[in-house]
Amino acid sequence: MNNAFLPVVTISTFIVLIWYSFSIVLNSSWALDKAERNDQKLSFSELVHDTWSQKKPKLPTPHQVGYEMWKTIFDKKVTSKRSLVYHGWITLSATLAGFMLGTVLGILLALAIVHDKATNLSVMPWIITSQTIPILALAPMIIVVLSSIGFTGLLPKAVISMYLSFFPIVVGMVKGLRSPDLLEIDQMKTWSASQFQILIKLRLPKSIPFLFTSLKLGMAASLVGAIVGELPSGAIAGLGARMLSGSYYGQTIQIWSALFTAAILAASLVGLISIIQAFVFKRMMIVQ
Amino acid sequence: MNSFFFFSIIFWIAAWIINIFIAQSTLARTKLVLPPILFGVSLLLVWEASISAFDVSPVILPAPSLVFIKLISSVSILWVDFVQTFVKGALSGYIFGCSAAFGVALLVDRFKFLERGLLPIGTFMAALPIIGTAPILVRWFGFGWESKSAVVTVMVFFPMLINTIQGLQMSDKIHRDLMQTYNATSFQTLVKLRLAAAMPFIFNGLKICSTLALIGAIVAEFFGSPIKGIGFRISTEVGRFALDMVWAEITIAAITGSLFYGGIVLLEKVLTFWHPSQRGRSE
Repeated sequence: MNNAFLPVVTISTFIVLIWYSFSIVLNSSWALDKAERNDQKLSFSELVHDTWSQKKPKLPTPHQVGYEMWKTIFDKKVTSKRSLVYHGWITLSATLAGFMLGTVLGILLALAIVHDKATNLSVMPWIITSQTIPILALAPMIIVVLSSIGFTGLLPKAVISMYLSFFPIVVGMVKGLRSPDLLEIDQMKTWSASQFQILIKLRLPKSIPFLFTSLKLGMAASLVGAIVGELPSGAIAGLGARMLSGSYYGQTIQIWSALFTAAILAASLVGLISIIQAFVFKRMMIVQ
Repeated sequence: MNSFFFFSIIFWIAAWIINIFIAQSTLARTKLVLPPILFGVSLLLVWEASISAFDVSPVILPAPSLVFIKLISSVSILWVDFVQTFVKGALSGYIFGCSAAFGVALLVDRFKFLERGLLPIGTFMAALPIIGTAPILVRWFGFGWESKSAVVTVMVFFPMLINTIQGLQMSDKIHRDLMQTYNATSFQTLVKLRLAAAMPFIFNGLKICSTLALIGAIVAEFFGSPIKGIGFRISTEVGRFALDMVWAEITIAAITGSLFYGGIVLLEKVLTFWHPSQRGRSE
């Protein structure tokens, strides 16, 4: 970890520098146009200043995005419609609901697949195929159909999140539940353990490392699902809706700050799972 | 309840019992092919029968037969959408993004310092909801296919990058030593040993990216598109409650996605036939 610190910082700095220079390049045409209309000549430093402080820039600078995020996260009341905390919470609740549903569904499916040969043979190929389909294409339809039979708000988005997050869980858990080797299963059988006991005392503990890897993937997928679920059907709240309204009204800074909030949300959710993982591994004495 | 509905349920149960028998049999080939087909067919039958039995409005869920009729009768529209979204948007972005990531990985591979920095950043970026850049890129590149291609490029870049970088680290030390005793240049080592060893990882990246590419192209169309494309058609037809058309588009997207993925798997089988994961039993 430590020997990655310096390279990561170097590259991050480099990316920020590139970002600032791209801001100049992309925003300059608007600045130059404006100057020409006012019969002004812009010196280079004036040009830089203008491109870094436009109201609706093509590419806002990091400090503009940071300032907007600071304003909308800390300075606004949490209940305000312009607070990113409010929108973030809407998206987060759908993400978590979908993630829970997806995890439960995924684990149940994995249990069925591991214990029943017929399920394994007939359902598993379809689960894999289901992921080669662009599921997000279904998002608008799920939203509209569910709202036409009376479900609005959280549930439709959670369904999309569930659909995206159950797959990594199924695949990981099937691998995990099958990870005990023949020797260990034989040992359990010599103790005359039932299938259920083998599951509880051998298979489930052995699948924990696989579960955590899957949970992280599922969480990231779940957030994407919730955001995309907010795009169609004119949702008015949530990070996805912020992006959409930003794109309608040309509020680029708003899009970027919603995007960064989503990124921070994703990073903290995955980080949270990592912390729980470290704790559980310590308690179970799993060495990575 | 009508008799068709009962028939479908009985078919489902019968199919399941047959699957149990097949599962216990020793027919290796039928085992892999028949059960999923039986399961799929019974699912379609129950769907079709439930629609007529419970009088479900086609506005909520159209019957598979309706979708099929729509599919047949609007081939020309579907073809235009397919070309717009898949060939122009997804495929071009996929090729561009994957080759760019591959190139960067090869470049970074020369400098350990960059590699150590890029791997954590790349892993972090790959977990982010990159799809959120779609509205930004649509503003930059306009409503045409170019913006979709750009979204796909950005989406596939990081998964491909980290897979290639990880793959390039996969060759054994002992093999690299052997290459040195042959007095191989670093370029020769790269081409003849390390790229070959990286193949399974590169293909893993290509597979992940194939699904991402189609998703990226479709979702980007939700943010603005000329009057064609799978994503455009889905969002407008949903607004008109023409769900049979929506399902027809989804069918096309599903078939395209599966074929795209299958094609890469096939290519992998041909190119990495020597790798342990491709040899022996598939389990």
